[in-house]
Amino acid sequence: MIDYNVAPFEVVRDYDKCVNCRVCERQCSNEVHHYEEGFGKMISDSAKCVDCQRCVCLCPTKALKIVPNQNAFRPNANWQQKYLTEIYKQAESGGVLLSSMGNPEPFPVYFDKILINASQVTNPSIDPLREPMETRVFLGAKPQTIERDAEGKIVTKLPPRLKLSMPVMFSAMSYGSISYNAHAALARAAEALGIYYNTGEGGLHKDFYKYSANTIVQVASGRFGVHKDYLEDGAAIEIKIGQGAKPGIGGHLPGAKIVGDVSKTRMIPEGSDAVSPAPHHDIYSIEDLRQLVYSIKEATEYKKPVIVKIAAVHNVAAIASGIARSGADIIAIDGFRGGTGAAPTRIRDNVGIPIELALGSVDERLREENIRDNVSLVVAGSIRSSADVVKAICLGADAVYIGSASLVAMGCHLCRTCNYGKCNWGIATQRPDLVKRLNPDIAAERLINMLTAWNHEIQEMMGGMGINSIEALRGNRLMLRGVGLNERELAVLGIKHAGEV
Amino acid sequence: MLLEGEFRNPAGCAISAIFDKTGARFSGESIIDSIAVMRDRSNGLGGGFACYGIYPDKKDLYAFHVFFTIHSARKDFEEYISRYYEIDSSEDIPTRKIPEIVDEPEIRRYFVYPKQKYIDFVKTGPDECVFRTVFAVNTEIKGAYIFSSGKNMGIFKAVGFPEDVGRFYMLDSYEGYLFTAHGRYPTNTPGWWGGAHPFGLLGLSVVHNGEISSYDANRRAMEMYGYKCTLLTDTEVITYILDYLTRKKGLTFTESAEVIAAPFWSRIDRMSEEEKARATYLRDVFSAELVTGPFSIIVGFDGGVMALNDRLKLRTLAVAEKGDKVYMASEEAAIRRVCPSFDKMFYAEGGKPIVYRVKGGKQ
Amino acid sequence: MKKIYVKEEWCLGCHLCEFECAYANSGIGNIVLALKDKEIDPNVKVLSDGKITFAVSCRHCDEPLCISACISGALSKDETGAVMVDRSKCVGCGSCVMVCPYGAVRITKEGTANKCQLCMNNSCGEPLCARKCPNGAIVYEEK
Repeated sequence: MIDYNVAPFEVVRDYDKCVNCRVCERQCSNEVHHYEEGFGKMISDSAKCVDCQRCVCLCPTKALKIVPNQNAFRPNANWQQKYLTEIYKQAESGGVLLSSMGNPEPFPVYFDKILINASQVTNPSIDPLREPMETRVFLGAKPQTIERDAEGKIVTKLPPRLKLSMPVMFSAMSYGSISYNAHAALARAAEALGIYYNTGEGGLHKDFYKYSANTIVQVASGRFGVHKDYLEDGAAIEIKIGQGAKPGIGGHLPGAKIVGDVSKTRMIPEGSDAVSPAPHHDIYSIEDLRQLVYSIKEATEYKKPVIVKIAAVHNVAAIASGIARSGADIIAIDGFRGGTGAAPTRIRDNVGIPIELALGSVDERLREENIRDNVSLVVAGSIRSSADVVKAICLGADAVYIGSASLVAMGCHLCRTCNYGKCNWGIATQRPDLVKRLNPDIAAERLINMLTAWNHEIQEMMGGMGINSIEALRGNRLMLRGVGLNERELAVLGIKHAGEV
Repeated sequence: MLLEGEFRNPAGCAISAIFDKTGARFSGESIIDSIAVMRDRSNGLGGGFACYGIYPDKKDLYAFHVFFTIHSARKDFEEYISRYYEIDSSEDIPTRKIPEIVDEPEIRRYFVYPKQKYIDFVKTGPDECVFRTVFAVNTEIKGAYIFSSGKNMGIFKAVGFPEDVGRFYMLDSYEGYLFTAHGRYPTNTPGWWGGAHPFGLLGLSVVHNGEISSYDANRRAMEMYGYKCTLLTDTEVITYILDYLTRKKGLTFTESAEVIAAPFWSRIDRMSEEEKARATYLRDVFSAELVTGPFSIIVGFDGGVMALNDRLKLRTLAVAEKGDKVYMASEEAAIRRVCPSFDKMFYAEGGKPIVYRVKGGKQ
Repeated sequence: MKKIYVKEEWCLGCHLCEFECAYANSGIGNIVLALKDKEIDPNVKVLSDGKITFAVSCRHCDEPLCISACISGALSKDETGAVMVDRSKCVGCGSCVMVCPYGAVRITKEGTANKCQLCMNNSCGEPLCARKCPNGAIVYEEK
């Protein structure tokens, strides 16, 4: 048998700096490094390296670096090396290629082609250090009519809503795809920050019921972990129709990760593959969705907002319009760059559309039909910084979900091998010796730090634009300009080109 | 050259107003004197007045003030209007020829009332008929532009310094209980008269000094509710917001002020439970109608006037009372010119509305 | 007083604390020069029974048995309550080694006793093992 595998990475060790402390050996779950007793030196098997950067970070003398394997096939702009190696893999295994995390291919990133405004002269900018700068957001439907009591006072009854201290929430990542400790960190950070985290389709571990005031519980097509207490326990319920990384198909958790508490929380047997069905088998049409939305509202006595999460696909504006009339309170849209624990590579890399364009068209369409007030919009896939948050809100979003960014804050280096379950950072694994590596105290603090920093940055950018309450930024497209975008792209985004007044 | 409405024109300005609390009518001469003091705040590219109580013998009819910039538009407009309205009378608005005001379009006024079948069709009353007609004419009949559409009130505006505009329209020959005035300092040349201020819709008129940073968020919300922002100005969108809140949502002017200049959360969180619930409700439900950025506005409405500053108080607004009269202006000097001594003088506080109504007038 | 406490639920058995301790007490500024080709003898040792792992170092007991056992007065408590070693006074009898219930003090190849002194006797100032532990398994705090 010929070994067609080309190791993508090479471990480079500076032997002058290496002191044989063996931390790299002890901390690599892929068994790349070992200490060769007879020779008194460390040896590395680059073929096994996934470039997770764990050894690089921990090496006390910074003796290690991981570089791309310089061994190159003949350059070919069409037949890039990856297409060849993928065919070799499939010729050998006959299997569907699986990948983790979001689409890494060089499609345009629209956030990087959009610029933000600042006020000068005619309208002063506001100093967030010295003046109030408000980022509080409410998510939920707006009431159609104002009611007054006998004395003429306004009746302040509002439909169920979520109150956020800033327009960011933690995106759905299931218990099973990520570890117990990762969930603990997300729950604690959500509570400390005054925002929400999402259970994903793995159910809710009973240890986390105490964070219910900050938990969004998800009902996905496999209905894993869904029972009465679960619905009662969320601050909101999210019906997951699709996710940006794999529009059209359901979640996938390999049997190796379905152990112990993961299996109990999902309510399925240990070792069985958790492959969620592609559609919800009780939602084959928009009227079916409306029925499910109201069933959930009945089951929770109309006290909790219902979120419907969809992937950004070609007719997302029409789908969103239907959802806005179905009784849902919030629509979450996940763009094609969204992350995942495991998805078929071809679907992750080729299906779906960018969230910026989806948002531009959904927000405009809902306003054209005069139903924008029926729902709040939350977008994801992928929000990488506070600048992306500001741009998303200017385009029309009420808030954003962050998935990959939260994992990165906790230590993830986007090596994209989550599907093997050997995450060296303790995030995307169920092996107890690896899960231990993610200390929730440290991870929660990192999440809180990151979002505190983002909130300050959002305030700085708002102040620069002369805006002191975030609701005045929502849908305020005149605050954006495109650069290097063509007429159609500008039209879909609803923004002008830089240089136009 | 692009017309106002095809581009956004940020501007600096002067505003002024004089109101009689008993509803007694007085000459428009004093408002011209008042706004003339603030000449340096304008640059001659726009001026105008809103006058209330000036058509007392036709007070139940809607007075459409119309610009015709294309001659044939007048025929199209009259033909369109006569389908839906009873036309009591119409005439050219009398003007005085002065060298400072040039390139005037045809300016006419029509006293009309919607036909019963039209009122029956819209179901919600004659105001809604006029609301729809104003947008239909201004977007569909090229060369015709309705710039005033209230009862027993009228807006007079042009490209020029406001005191010249006032003399042009012979404002000294009108008598009303409320006059508001505006002088403009735009950073782009407006080119046509419709772009001047005040902006009005039905009986509401707004004069505004400032530049709002929330403009596009407000505009997109108002367009969803059927308002067409044809001028792309702050004053236009603020007028629409006030019409939406007061006429369509039934809020009082004071409640509307609480929406557009909403208190900060840090203050709301310290209020009593009942007050907190009310303030939170208004901010949450009307989040798209919050106006941020500097503004000072004087809003004229049937039976009263409201002055409001943005909550950071980034523009000036002085208010004085003497006897039955109330004076408001961007500068104290503009008040002292027409009212040298007064009973009290104060400055508007950020976010707090100052509302005066004619005794027994509409809320 | 602030002491070093170990949280065994977070110890990964990576042994970084041992190398950082050796570096801190080496007196050499550059970590490579301090550790390269040297056999280390740190004041903290990672112990494991295959199931539990944690780092052991001097507990700076309130009533130190080692100080009572010391025949030459080399061991003493300073004003903060930390147990310090004056190696010039030590005669290498090993009594302290025998009485320490934690096995935290040892006789080094120089023939005198040594143990953790909370990095107060080197240029670090605060315990380097706590600062460098990648998972918060060693903390330096007041309880």
